[in-house]
Amino acid sequence: MIKVNGKEIDIKEISLEEYLTDSKYDLKRVAVELNGEIVPKSIYNQVILKDGDHIEVVSFVGGG
Amino acid sequence: MIPSREQMQKALCERHGTKMQERFNNAKVTICGLGGLGSNIAIALARAGVGHLHLIDFDKVDISNLNRQQYFTDQLDMYKTDAMKENLARIAPYVEVTCECMKITEDVIPGLFDDADIICEAFDRPEAKAMLVNGVLCEYPDKKIVSGSGMAGLDSANKIHTRKVMKNFYLCGDEEADSCMGLSLVSARVLVCAAHEATMILRLIAGETEV
Repeated sequence: MIKVNGKEIDIKEISLEEYLTDSKYDLKRVAVELNGEIVPKSIYNQVILKDGDHIEVVSFVGGG
Repeated sequence: MIPSREQMQKALCERHGTKMQERFNNAKVTICGLGGLGSNIAIALARAGVGHLHLIDFDKVDISNLNRQQYFTDQLDMYKTDAMKENLARIAPYVEVTCECMKITEDVIPGLFDDADIICEAFDRPEAKAMLVNGVLCEYPDKKIVSGSGMAGLDSANKIHTRKVMKNFYLCGDEEADSCMGLSLVSARVLVCAAHEATMILRLIAGETEV
């Protein structure tokens, strides 16, 4: 189980990039925190989500 | 006649208290983007007497901006940095305002915020918002960033909130209403979001780190 934005989700071990893409996030519009630390975009494909991880995904919308 | 520095300071201290005003006087805030969010945030912070404002924008004032951005018809075609500096000087002549007329890209972020206590994201495009927030959190892990996302349309103002997303990252907005989906940007609702950002910035300066 991993926790995404407070919700528990059952997923197999996949990379953060795969998870975000599968969940239809636009990678150019997000900021992601993993277990309390910001994840640099350049390593989304190297970070493997594992049991107990807690991720927070912010997806920005337009306007200002 | 323009009041003296001492007169302005006295009036601010009477409102905010000397201790709080000292914190505001010493604070350094960098505002990225001077559109509907940034122009309103800059004015709110200048009125509070935040001592050092660093304004960054590359754009010029356009007629389509006047529905929500704090510029005047006689400022059309001026760079927003110049126009806002002019407006802030009329409101708060003793606030130190430094301007940079430039587009912020990922590669200029290292070094850009060395002097800032707090960074304010006030861009329009979601990709630019994400780029700045990611860049600041990675390059400046000890600095705080306050960002805006979701203020388009005319949904309830009560949906706009401030949320502490990460240790140093505060997000203001309804997090849904997307101007990219064809929703218009209306002054009052953009102001609500700008006010959330400005309030959080002032709270941080005052030493409050929770929303």
